[in-house]
Amino acid sequence: MNSFEIIRAGINTTFQDNGRNDLYHIGIPFSGAMDKRNYFLANSLIGNETDKPVIEFAYQGPLIKYIGDKISFVITGDVIFKLIKKKSVIEGNCYESYTIEDGDQIDIVSTNKSVYGYLAISAEFDLKSQWGSYSINTKASIGSNNGKKLQNNQKIDILNINSNQVKKKINYINTRIEKIRVIKGTNFDYFSDEGKKIFFDKEFTVSKLSDRMGMRLEGPKIKNIVETNIRSEGLIKGVIQIPADGNPIIMLSDHGTIGGYPKIGVVISADYDKLVQLSPGSKIKFQEIELSDAETLFKLYEMETQNLISQFK
Amino acid sequence: MIKNISNLGDAALYCDFGKEVNKETNSKVVKYFKDIKEKNIQGIINLAPSYNKLIISFDLRMTNFKAIKKEIENLEVNETSNQISKKIEIPVCCEGSFSLDIERLEKKLSFKRDKIYENFFDKEYFCYMTGFIAGMPFLGDLDKTMRANRLETPRVKVPKGSVGLTEQFANIYTFESPGGWNIIGNTPVRIFDNLKDKNPNLISPGDTVVFNQISVEDYKNYNE
Repeated sequence: MNSFEIIRAGINTTFQDNGRNDLYHIGIPFSGAMDKRNYFLANSLIGNETDKPVIEFAYQGPLIKYIGDKISFVITGDVIFKLIKKKSVIEGNCYESYTIEDGDQIDIVSTNKSVYGYLAISAEFDLKSQWGSYSINTKASIGSNNGKKLQNNQKIDILNINSNQVKKKINYINTRIEKIRVIKGTNFDYFSDEGKKIFFDKEFTVSKLSDRMGMRLEGPKIKNIVETNIRSEGLIKGVIQIPADGNPIIMLSDHGTIGGYPKIGVVISADYDKLVQLSPGSKIKFQEIELSDAETLFKLYEMETQNLISQFK
Repeated sequence: MIKNISNLGDAALYCDFGKEVNKETNSKVVKYFKDIKEKNIQGIINLAPSYNKLIISFDLRMTNFKAIKKEIENLEVNETSNQISKKIEIPVCCEGSFSLDIERLEKKLSFKRDKIYENFFDKEYFCYMTGFIAGMPFLGDLDKTMRANRLETPRVKVPKGSVGLTEQFANIYTFESPGGWNIIGNTPVRIFDNLKDKNPNLISPGDTVVFNQISVEDYKNYNE
């Protein structure tokens, strides 16, 4: 049997795929890979269908020992990693596939000025899906791996090795986003004129209290002049809520599905992948944008992703 | 027909059914929710009904706001038809360590605990929505005299099964979670079962819930 032995699990290492649809109404969010473009790229670089589950890690990644017949793997994102073979240690490059043999180790040291990275293999992880997805939501304990993040000394079996393994590589650089573009939220007018101005003019800092559920921001406070609570209602990823303390919270992929804080804005779909990669301490600025422009920008972003993917087909 | 539809970001419709939070408004929301879900409209990938809103998420790769809005606006839903809903009995134990906030409630509501329990168990509750955490039901309405605000500082961990009150609603913590509701008891019933393939949540929007008080002994024996 081929397998991954997880020597060191890393900080928050999970299996993720395209996410889980159609369960908001019972309190289960989409989840799925935080940075979809890097997720799609990982799968396509290794010759998989783009919707296969991969290993997602945040900051420090796992140290993995491989047991079994030769396979390939690829890492995407902005990641520092080493490939430890019997006689040599190779400094790895993202977006380049490598083959590993029995006893080799992959040491994912850390992400570089970013948060999430992805590891895909030219084979299948032996996992059980739940409600149409392998994505792990640790809070609700659902998804593959019993809904838990990967643990030290855990073993993951690997099946169906793809015999057609061609070395692939692209040059792709993750650009850092300068301005997060935002469509006005449904409670935009709950905030003072000064508050609205601060929101679009001033800089905010990503707080340490950020995870797959949400990103908290620190900076100038945004003053609410109407009501600091609304009737609890549904949320979607990208919504920026402002609680009574005036500090924005952006809902991310594992967000609670219902919330009662006013929504000042929503991050556009085209900027979501870049947003989630901002690590604590990063500065961020918001820019207002109209719906029609947001739609066009998403089309362009998608086209770019598809162009990258079509390079290795 | 839904009169008030706007966009929430670039990939969701925000349908507003009116300011009032009552059974009638909510029943409308639930009807639209069920109907849209059944119709499997291409591009729609998630629906989040709440007291008086329905948020419809769609895949921006397949469709857009304008197209989905048109589809939803033209939807014929029989708003007067009867919904299929269940009546569910939930046993709750209010002894000692389960009733975490009973002293706070005694002060806030100016009732003795026996009266608080009596009022609480005397009612039938309507499930307005489920969510926040998986399967958590939002049940209303508590009598006006039974309404208290959230805790000033929310608990970091509310035990699984806790039954809480806030404002006009009761809820049940389906698993251990942070939270700020006033906890009056605990149920041994599994409200959200993550091992069930279909309908992992016991209580759905539109259902009726009745709470029954049980002893510690009954609580302990419940799952045996």
